[in-house]
Amino acid sequence: MTDLQITTPVPTVGSSTAVVDDDTRGAAGLTAKNVACWFGTKKVLEGVGLVACWFGTKKVLEGVGLDMAPGQVTALIGPSGCGKSTFLRTLNRMHELVPGATLAGEILINGVDIYRGAIPVTDVRRRIGMVFQKPNPFPAMTVAENVVSGLKLSGLKVTKSEREDLIESCLTKAGLWNEVKNRLGDPGRALSGGQQQRLCIARSLAVSPQVLLMDEPCSALDPTSTRRIEQTISEISESVTIVIVTHNMQQAQRVSDRCAFFLAAENEPGRIIEEGPTKDIFTNPRDSRTEDYVNGRFG
Amino acid sequence: MALTLRRRRATEVTTDEKIRIRSVESIDVTVMIGSAISSFALTQLLYETFLPLSGALGYIVVWYALFLAISWIAVRELRGTVRAKDHLARVVVWSGASLAIVPLVLIVLYVIGKGYHALRPQFFTQDQRYVGALSDATEGGGSHAIIGTIQQVGIASLIAVPLGITTAVYLNEVKGRLAKPLRTVVDAMSAVPSIVAGLFIYAAWILALGNQQTGLAGSLALSVLFLPTVTRTAEVVLRLVPGGLREASLALGGTEWRTTSRVVLPTSRSGLVTAVILGVARVIGETAPLILTVGGAFIMNWNPLSGKQDSLPFFVFRLIRFPQESQIARAWTGALVLMILVLVLFVIARAIGGRGPDHIGRLKKWRLQRKGLA
Repeated sequence: MTDLQITTPVPTVGSSTAVVDDDTRGAAGLTAKNVACWFGTKKVLEGVGLVACWFGTKKVLEGVGLDMAPGQVTALIGPSGCGKSTFLRTLNRMHELVPGATLAGEILINGVDIYRGAIPVTDVRRRIGMVFQKPNPFPAMTVAENVVSGLKLSGLKVTKSEREDLIESCLTKAGLWNEVKNRLGDPGRALSGGQQQRLCIARSLAVSPQVLLMDEPCSALDPTSTRRIEQTISEISESVTIVIVTHNMQQAQRVSDRCAFFLAAENEPGRIIEEGPTKDIFTNPRDSRTEDYVNGRFG
Repeated sequence: MALTLRRRRATEVTTDEKIRIRSVESIDVTVMIGSAISSFALTQLLYETFLPLSGALGYIVVWYALFLAISWIAVRELRGTVRAKDHLARVVVWSGASLAIVPLVLIVLYVIGKGYHALRPQFFTQDQRYVGALSDATEGGGSHAIIGTIQQVGIASLIAVPLGITTAVYLNEVKGRLAKPLRTVVDAMSAVPSIVAGLFIYAAWILALGNQQTGLAGSLALSVLFLPTVTRTAEVVLRLVPGGLREASLALGGTEWRTTSRVVLPTSRSGLVTAVILGVARVIGETAPLILTVGGAFIMNWNPLSGKQDSLPFFVFRLIRFPQESQIARAWTGALVLMILVLVLFVIARAIGGRGPDHIGRLKKWRLQRKGLA
């Protein structure tokens, strides 16, 4: 119940970690080069080959490859329209929800392809959670219901005491417990914007994801709430691999271990220009375009 | 008056008197009354002295036009052009709204005036079994028609509401390959004249399949009319659910079905209730399809599955053409009871599901507390 600390580990719900890495068969079309992500000491997300994405006939990403190491925070930076969000959404198969969207390449979680593999798409999305730009708690649910909504939606059964523990531990991890412990029965949308976003983070954590994707999670928030969410990110990054898209250079520097700079030339698909430890990207970039961007000279 | 206004503006504002934006000041009222009187006088002059005109409608139109012109000039002189435009728009909108509401109020008042005479408790408890040609309007009642209407509309909603909402889910959530042709079919269905719906059930259900005229046959005819209304409204309501909620649900590992049943439908609950209300409103006053299908009856028939039934609109339709005053009075009472029934049903529907998705009712709170979620 102490503030801002991970007091209890999230109980492993159902078989979320057991449904792993069975098979890598099947077929799909995304191209990712060296996309990789790790979890603990295990390799969690890895792409070999080229990730390319299309909307209709328009190619928006080409030859993207990235290693996202386990327990690390990877920031994706770059100007608007360069395919950061698209790339992020390929990582948990949200890209394919856009009508006409296709992709090619490989994305591997623990060495298993999430597109061609035998992991059901719902399991992929549960293991690779997502926090969106706009806070989107479910309006028809209370704060507490929102936290455990993932269990209901993916059909996992828990006992009442497990559920109560999960609500408390997830809200604590998201740095929200002290603020809402007396308001668990309020509708999710009764909270402030920053609280709603942390509620969404807690909701994502409740299904014990191995990776958490964040698409500009602070862009709609004030500096104080942003600070709280950054704190939350650094607290949970030990147990969850985080990939975050941000337009805020300071934020990228503050929260991330590694950074990938995306850029799309006019009428060309987006590419990763440079990728490496955050410190190097910001202080000693290899590419002049990276230097220009991180110093605010364009974008 | 204008002078005091100007003076008030000149002095410094020291008190925390609230600024009343868009408030109607007494000067506005004075101008309106003055304009009304002078335009009335001018119209009177035109009609009685100068022009060879007559007729009430033209008189009112001329009076209204003159009122607009005079008050426009008066307000412009006193308060400036912006205020005058404001005033003109306000008057036109208000008079237009009143023009639309007046007939509505008149209908309601007319039905109440005609129908309250025979509206006694026995109207809800008795049928027409012992009603003779010379019985007073306060003898006998329309309970058989009330029960018939409730049963027929109830069965029709049992058929049409699940089917309509499922169709809307298919059109908007599943977005299957047949969505486009299906939408065209629903649109075409909503244009079907109600008598055709009755004829269809009469031909397909009663003649071809050899069933009797029953309450159920009436319900089938009503559900043909009910279905497109519910489907179209529900589809619009589902479209209003933000796409971000669906994405959030899918990103948590939810299946499409659970996303729809646990997120989309609960979020749009109050809109779906509106869809049902609109559907009920569409069919509860229908007479034409019932003439062919329920057959009509003067005595109570509790069983919608066998034997002829009555319904309130049909009851009104038959009784209003009787020569006896008492039957005509009963028909008006039937119309009044139909209106009351609609009102009661809508109030109940709003109370059950009318609040927004954020509202947590007592029942839900109790359920949540039991599960440890509140």
